Amino acid sequence: MSENKEWPIWEVFIRSKNGLEHRHVGSLHAADAEMALENARDVYTRRLEGVSIWVVESKHIRATNPESSGELFEPAKDKAYRHPTFYNLPDELKHI
Amino acid sequence: MKDTLYQYLLLLGDNSLILGHRLSELCGHGPSLETDIALTNHSLDLYGQVRSYFQYAAELKGEGATEDSVAFLRLEHEYRNVQLVEQPNTDFAYVIGRQFLWDAYHLPLMRHLMNSQDERLAAIATKSEKEASYHLRFSSEWVKRLGDGTEESRERMQKAMNDLYRYGHELFKASPEELAMEESGIGASLDALEAEWNDTVQEVLSEAGISIPDSPPAMARGKEGIHTEHMGYMLAQLQYMQRAYPSMEW
Repeated sequence: MSENKEWPIWEVFIRSKNGLEHRHVGSLHAADAEMALENARDVYTRRLEGVSIWVVESKHIRATNPESSGELFEPAKDKAYRHPTFYNLPDELKHI
Repeated sequence: MKDTLYQYLLLLGDNSLILGHRLSELCGHGPSLETDIALTNHSLDLYGQVRSYFQYAAELKGEGATEDSVAFLRLEHEYRNVQLVEQPNTDFAYVIGRQFLWDAYHLPLMRHLMNSQDERLAAIATKSEKEASYHLRFSSEWVKRLGDGTEESRERMQKAMNDLYRYGHELFKASPEELAMEESGIGASLDALEAEWNDTVQEVLSEAGISIPDSPPAMARGKEGIHTEHMGYMLAQLQYMQRAYPSMEW
């Protein structure tokens, strides 16, 4: 047994219906992956929210450092031309 | 016949009602947020089943009976649940042990009742089978985790099983109504269920490293309305509202 008595934290991703992607919905504690799936089922799908669950232990997620936000994200701010908003679309096209 | 079926529905529904109430006592008191939600989910699953059984029972009884009057307005000796499900939430190992011994019976019971000659009972069982299946998966996992966990968790799981296992026998001691319902193809065969229960219990306990206690069966007669000392306290809480404010609705 490890010295750590707290269960590790897991991130939970749920696919709300077939064809859609899994989305992050929250996190929970669990001793291992199997328990994390069961806990996720009980905590996050009680109201019929999903048809599939992914869990991943939080420590495996590599995140960007907020201090680097400037160099990472700000350069994209003045590059509106990267949005494909300059096309004239026919009216029949929906959902674009 | 109608009265036999009514009594059979009580035998089915009272187990779920009393176990559901026991689990509801854990709401806000589970050992972790996740298990707290899981156990109260189980409780709500069981209450859902109780409503189906008792709505049916109330129709059979007539005389203005409702699911609420069946659930809340009987006296202690009229409740026909087995003594296993009224055992208290002594600690998490007891909660899991009680749940596991019950689930190992409940799942095959639902699978048998899915083929009941009574269509309505078969429909209730078909819906409940998926819930029972998840409950058994959950409680089996926890029996193994506790049995195969730390020294303390193993000791507690073994102690809970030593105290609770002997109540398992009552599940298979057929009441007259259960025998009659089996003969008419409406109810399940308790002999068949006992064989399945034994297989599940032996398999999970052996994987958990928990030994099956050789204590003699408890002299339990809950199906006849004879309950342990815990039952009265539970009913006092369960029935309080309907007793204090008769016919109240909310």
